[in-house]
Amino acid sequence: MQKKWELFVKSFITNEGYTKVIAGLENTVQIAFFGFLIGVALGTVVAIIKAFSKRSKAVKAISLIGDAYVAFFRGTPIVVQLLIAYYVIAPLFGVRINALLVGILTFGLNSGAYVSEIMRSGILSVDVGQMEAGRSLGLSFSATMRKIVLPQALKNSLPALGNELIAITKETSVAGFITVLDLTEAFKQIGSANYEFIIPYLMLALVYLVIVLIMTLFIKLLERRLRRSDKRN
Amino acid sequence: MINVINLTKNFGSLKVIDNVSTTIEAGEKVVIVGPSGSGKSTFLRCLNLLEDPNGGSIIFEGVDLCDLKVDINEHRRKMGMVFQHFNLFNNLTVKKNIMLAPVMIGCRKLRSLKRKRALIAFVNLFRKNKLELPEIKETRASIKEEAERNAMRLLKRIGLEEKANVYPSTLSGGQKQRIAIIRALAMNPKVMLFDEPTSALDPEMVGEVLQLIREVADEGMTMVIVTHEMNFAREVGTRIIFMNEGRIEEENTPEEFFQNPKSPRLKEFLSKVLSPSSRPKEQTV
Repeated sequence: MQKKWELFVKSFITNEGYTKVIAGLENTVQIAFFGFLIGVALGTVVAIIKAFSKRSKAVKAISLIGDAYVAFFRGTPIVVQLLIAYYVIAPLFGVRINALLVGILTFGLNSGAYVSEIMRSGILSVDVGQMEAGRSLGLSFSATMRKIVLPQALKNSLPALGNELIAITKETSVAGFITVLDLTEAFKQIGSANYEFIIPYLMLALVYLVIVLIMTLFIKLLERRLRRSDKRN
Repeated sequence: MINVINLTKNFGSLKVIDNVSTTIEAGEKVVIVGPSGSGKSTFLRCLNLLEDPNGGSIIFEGVDLCDLKVDINEHRRKMGMVFQHFNLFNNLTVKKNIMLAPVMIGCRKLRSLKRKRALIAFVNLFRKNKLELPEIKETRASIKEEAERNAMRLLKRIGLEEKANVYPSTLSGGQKQRIAIIRALAMNPKVMLFDEPTSALDPEMVGEVLQLIREVADEGMTMVIVTHEMNFAREVGTRIIFMNEGRIEEENTPEEFFQNPKSPRLKEFLSKVLSPSSRPKEQTV
């Protein structure tokens, strides 16, 4: 064990493995964070369209596209989506496309499919009277949505959204499939330097755990802040 | 003021409003009563198009609201509505509830005014005889300040100014409904629509809400009220409409309506709601 530790220290510090880990951490956080942001934005739009698809035929038609989108991204593995995005779709654009960017977009699209269902249930949990009250005051549909319904929907679906953020963070560990140097890839490379994987992989798990714990704390604080208008605390 | 012509509304195959026509004049206090499922709430909700009518038209101040080209939001601002379940915005404090619509609509007007001004300024670059630039007196801050002052004035009127910064979840039903009423008043509507404003209240809170509605009525506001409070209907109403199975069965002045009902259905209804023995304090639909 002593020897294994020394080997790890050697490749981590002496051979500057830590620079890889720092770069990997940066990429992991970037994919998770921006992917999640794209996912929330996209998912919210899809959720609004789906929740109000009964309003008119045009919205109904668009909501069918939303259904197809959700079906595809929930129905295929994220790894397959990454491979298709990077090796099939990206080459169509000719120029060499940044793997990190492809990763962020793919994770965003994937996350959007899940978030759309989360937000849809959040929107449906808000009493229709809230929308009616806003409209009766002369506010437009979008203004009422923005100021009244979405804030309450977001509050109601915050625990589920927190789950999604944690899930996407851990899923980024497959970004290595499209040559992104993420955390997993960085520790893998440190391990393969001398074929000693035990300590690097345990360390890797620890790093993910710490990231997720920090996120959990952050989500809890946010939730407490948004629950100000509730009676229960 | 509101002209309802051959209004029809179906929910699926169910005819809820069947070819109803009536006119509501400025200053009138029209009270609509009737048994459950008679379409009185739906009728009220059709007036500001919360329910889309399937046929007929609603002429409000000379404009047909059912016309799709009409900006319904603009006309809804002139029609305040009070709901059975209050529908205060749960995510906003009491004061923000009242301020929201005036501020948003004021800021929207300001934006479009600024756009117009910018366009004129741009056109002026190419003109010899310059057009006059419209003057913009308001700012976002002044709109907010004005709305806040108005909100506090209204809150003071109902004696709830100390509740300005609390969330609706901490208020009693009566307080919520009174705030819902002044929220509608903050838009300076020309007509107020009340959809069973006291049906969801505890009996002891009915009085304070009715008192506020009475005060608003005395100020000359045009009102359409759906209610089960017969005494209130008799006292405040200038005309009472009895709806049954989606049609106006009978309408009359309060005196005639209660003392001299004509249709058998209305007689039966009144005997049920007015006889002291069988009369529940509060009826729910």
